[in-house]
Amino acid sequence: MPSVFEQIEPILFGVERPARYVGGEMGAQEPEHGPGIVSWLLAYPDTYEIGLPNQGLQILYEILNERDDAAAERTYAPWTDMEAAMRAEGIPLFSVEGHLPAHEFHVMAFNLSAELTYTNVLNMLDLGGIPIRTEDRGALDTIVIAGGHCTYNPEPLASFLDAVVLGDGEEVVSEITVVVGEWLAMDATTRSRLDLHRLLAGVEGVYVPSLYQPIFDGPRQVGLEILDPAAPSVIEKRTVADLGDWPYPMNQLVPLTEVVHDRLNVEVFRGCTRGCRFCQAGMITRPVRERPAAQVAEMVARGIERTGYDEVTLTSLSTADFSGIEQVVAGVVDDPAHGGRVSVSLPSLRVDAFTVGTAAKIQQVKRTGLTFAPEGGTWRMRRVINKLISDDDLFAAVDAAFSQGWRRIKLYFLIGLPTETDADVLGIAELGARCVEIGKRYHQTVTVSASVGGFVPKPQTPFQWYGQNSVEELTRKVVLLRNAARATRGLTIKWHEPAATGAEGIVSRGDRRLGDVLEQVWREGGIFQEWSEHFDLSKFQQALSDHGLRMEDYTTRDRDLDEVLPWDHLSAGLHRDFLVGEWLDAIEEVGVEDCRWTPCYDCGACTTYGIEHVVASNEPPAGGSQGTGQGLDLGAPVPVLLGRPGG
Amino acid sequence: MIEIPPRIRVRYTKTGRIKYTSQRDNARAWERALRRARLPVAYSEGFSPRPLLSFSLALPTGCESEAEYTDLRFGEAPDGAADAVVGNGWTPESVTELGHQLGELLPGGLDVVATAALEGSGGSLQEEVTSCFWIVEVTGMSAAQLTDRVEALLSAAQVPIERVRKGRKVIDDLRPSVLSLTTEGTGSSPGTRRLLAELATKPRGVRPAELLAGIDPAIRLVRASRTAQWIDVDGNRHEPLTTDGRVGGAAAEMATERGR
Repeated sequence: MPSVFEQIEPILFGVERPARYVGGEMGAQEPEHGPGIVSWLLAYPDTYEIGLPNQGLQILYEILNERDDAAAERTYAPWTDMEAAMRAEGIPLFSVEGHLPAHEFHVMAFNLSAELTYTNVLNMLDLGGIPIRTEDRGALDTIVIAGGHCTYNPEPLASFLDAVVLGDGEEVVSEITVVVGEWLAMDATTRSRLDLHRLLAGVEGVYVPSLYQPIFDGPRQVGLEILDPAAPSVIEKRTVADLGDWPYPMNQLVPLTEVVHDRLNVEVFRGCTRGCRFCQAGMITRPVRERPAAQVAEMVARGIERTGYDEVTLTSLSTADFSGIEQVVAGVVDDPAHGGRVSVSLPSLRVDAFTVGTAAKIQQVKRTGLTFAPEGGTWRMRRVINKLISDDDLFAAVDAAFSQGWRRIKLYFLIGLPTETDADVLGIAELGARCVEIGKRYHQTVTVSASVGGFVPKPQTPFQWYGQNSVEELTRKVVLLRNAARATRGLTIKWHEPAATGAEGIVSRGDRRLGDVLEQVWREGGIFQEWSEHFDLSKFQQALSDHGLRMEDYTTRDRDLDEVLPWDHLSAGLHRDFLVGEWLDAIEEVGVEDCRWTPCYDCGACTTYGIEHVVASNEPPAGGSQGTGQGLDLGAPVPVLLGRPGG
Repeated sequence: MIEIPPRIRVRYTKTGRIKYTSQRDNARAWERALRRARLPVAYSEGFSPRPLLSFSLALPTGCESEAEYTDLRFGEAPDGAADAVVGNGWTPESVTELGHQLGELLPGGLDVVATAALEGSGGSLQEEVTSCFWIVEVTGMSAAQLTDRVEALLSAAQVPIERVRKGRKVIDDLRPSVLSLTTEGTGSSPGTRRLLAELATKPRGVRPAELLAGIDPAIRLVRASRTAQWIDVDGNRHEPLTTDGRVGGAAAEMATERGR
């Protein structure tokens, strides 16, 4: 394969942050390509800075490169200045290791973590010289695959993907490598794309959209026709039973240039059963599988020694819930080899005073702000979403934080939740004001900032039937809240752009007809839509209207309980009865407990696949609080408000 | 437990793909390498302590260099956190070896050339370096044209160029910063021409791209390499550290006074 490095070198002087196009990370591999080797291009549809730290991609990168029959390189979306220069010079999208053109790879596999990156997927295929639509690809064209949390409703991208993987990728990438290898070994003049699709459909956890035809009637999908006997009627997700078998990444990439989450990351458990009803990650990744504490300690010690990082993040959906988290943290912070210079960060804190004690231990090196995610402004709202943090627990946590020296507290909330009233929205300001009041007991000036995001209902959750708030309604609530918060000095409100919530909502529960819409948005220049300087809702609205579709049918419309949903044939193991029951309980303001520490209520995640929780302790954590479980999974959507990293 | 001097100066090169990283990236790479080396690096005081290492004038992103310098300061480390201790049991050879070991831990393309102990506390690289040599390769102009434009710049009393400083556009006079400028045949790739320049670093450094803007905005930068940095001592130029390990500038004078 020919490297394009010599072609890109002359343009690198003229682009922003050229280091993101040259690779050279510690841990980067230079795999050999050749006969009998399936070449994978692992792609993240956002900038290098956002995509490089993605742990899922790094795990698969290592697993594939360990195989004799596979070779994996990586690519990211070039920023607009680089893309313009590449298109002007006729340079295709390339891998950062060998600088090989995307279309030279057998498989291009995207990590889908955020709906607003979908147009970047189309752009990267096109820039890579790969026909964007599956139907236009022939026997020699690259196979386009996607994985990641968004694949639990891949229908908006279905027309562009040869195959979609549901669930954990550790095992299935190898199985895909084998069947792709089989197909490539067939005579290139007689093998067909359909042969490939049938082979892929035979792999458990792999969905091949071209073998299914959705049927529509007006705004709704009313059925799904299975076009081929090789296609299963339901595709079940893949689940790694024991995380301890997969101590990856073993050689986390250390980039030459600064990226987000630029530190050592060690995943301590996967899955979460806190049961927050809005949280897709907590529904689709069940059950909880903890990594053995000794393995965590070893991965941290070895990672620090190898990389030279002075910070480690223990990642999971709710790290404070890890059995024996205090000992693990103490082990890192007090390790004499680190000389008191290595800090630990937890991506999410449970809201209770006890957890703040752990945080104090953690942040003895660098004491930055503390973040809690009550998500709902009132106890009533939190019962609806099953984030069962009482006011007392919250205030005790905040009191503990201020009394132990913190002066800055950040609180995360959602607005636009089911059954929400203005009183619930105003409850956010009241709660914030109480926190400021508590802080003033300990410090002269304190800062409490409340970050407010608009709720987007996600597939495979109890709220998948709920009609989300319109852009106008969210805007009204933001103004209401902002005005109420003005009365309190020290309380600031930050909010996610409601229009971006609207666009995300179109795609989140969209159907296959959105393929044409996404293609039009992309063709009209709508890339990097999760970046505020590029986001443009009107492009989505225009494209919907040009294709005879309406935004409200996808966003604000309540789905009927007996309605066909575009993702009904894709399963995260959850029983339909469980999701319906949770939705009805939500409306009744009835909570549900965490099944790690209480009897099984049979959501389906364990029983469907014959697996169980893997936890070191079946005792709930001390402190008396219910958990957080907020959706801070790795690679979670980048809020539009953030703007460019470092800029 | 090896013994090391309290301060050392390292000379290194930056070549190849790593030239596309920024000065900030470079500093972070050094910090990671120092932690991996388990050296007792001294840290700043305060809320967010940083390792005490100082660099000479920032190398612009995209430029290579034959002569980069970093000064490192060592102090006390907690028990078990370092494999070296500040003391007198070092030799010039052991310091050179220390530099080589650090070089092994830096990303490829950052290659340590020489390392030496520094005496006392004087001699900040940022303050002492007065000028730099550059080789700049350009396209977009014939040899004759380029020679004309270079001569025009050298004979001009003032060469105003626009720069962005602290987010504001300002007009600076480039001319006093151009200490010498000559054309020197063709560059390393076809169609390119080579310029040799000595550029002053005071009151502020001049980037190769800014030099070209002052010669003619039509010229395109293809490659730029810093080949030397100079400390002016009474009209004589000294390198902060020669490739064979001799220290120049204030630190050298102090060493001489102490008879080392």
